Amino acid sequence: MVKINGKTEAAAGMTVDQYLETANYDSKRIVVERNEEILPREQYSETILRDGDVVEIISFMGGG
Amino acid sequence: MNDDKLMIGGHEFESRFILGSGKYSMSLIEAAVKDAGAEIITLSVRRANTKDQENILDFIPEGVTLLPNTSGARNAQEAVRIARLARELGCGSFVKIEIMRDSKYLLPDNQETIKATEILANEGFVVMPYMYPDLNAARDLVNAGAAAVMPLASPIGSNKGLATKDFIQILIDEIDLPIIVDAGIGRPSQACEAMEMGAAAIMANTALATAGDLPMMASAFRSAIEAGRKAYLAGLGRVLTRGASASDPLTGFLRD
Repeated sequence: MVKINGKTEAAAGMTVDQYLETANYDSKRIVVERNEEILPREQYSETILRDGDVVEIISFMGGG
Repeated sequence: MNDDKLMIGGHEFESRFILGSGKYSMSLIEAAVKDAGAEIITLSVRRANTKDQENILDFIPEGVTLLPNTSGARNAQEAVRIARLARELGCGSFVKIEIMRDSKYLLPDNQETIKATEILANEGFVVMPYMYPDLNAARDLVNAGAAAVMPLASPIGSNKGLATKDFIQILIDEIDLPIIVDAGIGRPSQACEAMEMGAAAIMANTALATAGDLPMMASAFRSAIEAGRKAYLAGLGRVLTRGASASDPLTGFLRD
């Protein structure tokens, strides 16, 4: 299982690209952090999510 | 006035009103930016929504500089993590450092803010730290590489105005960086007063988000900030400690 944005997901084995597509994220408007390291955009298609990974998918929101 | 520019980290701005984007509908952002005349807008960095929800970037007019904040960070390390994520989103390298350990008063932790400023300035960020107005901490922020210093007027979201006025004045007088008054400014008159004191700019969010008519309040703030800036540049008239001073010639004709 992979923990993504605080939720446990059955995403192990998928590439980051595949996950973002399946989960309906706009990959141009987000940044992905895997195990507290930023994952460069060009690696989304080759990075495979592993059991136990902790992933954050981050974007801008309103704020002061 | 035309050559009176706000310089932050080598970038030039005409407007001295930094707009927040929190706590109101994204559909109002464009009108708020336009009526505020703002060239910088703050954002937060959070877990993303999926495509079926609106993205704030679609509502911000082109050419506006994005100033992501590190709200949510409780120490320097978390602020650095948020700042790096924000830069990776590809919208420039400005960052407003916001580090709070206290969730009741939301007061910034100056020491952690200094640490984060140093790390991020070394990584090439334009660092704008939100801080409690303390001269020693402000000097440390200058040495750490800050591009501006953002002291609070009163607690975040309180709309209470210039509770720290005397201490902000010390920063304005002693610190050779733009002093941008952030947090707590609730009314245009308070923004005007801070600008008369020599503040370089005003950041406001809640004052607009909780106003009856947001774009109209943005416009009111803009006028107040411009008026305060002009008054500062003009040099305020002196205040008498006692007595009066006639404004009319003292050569009356009714009595010799």
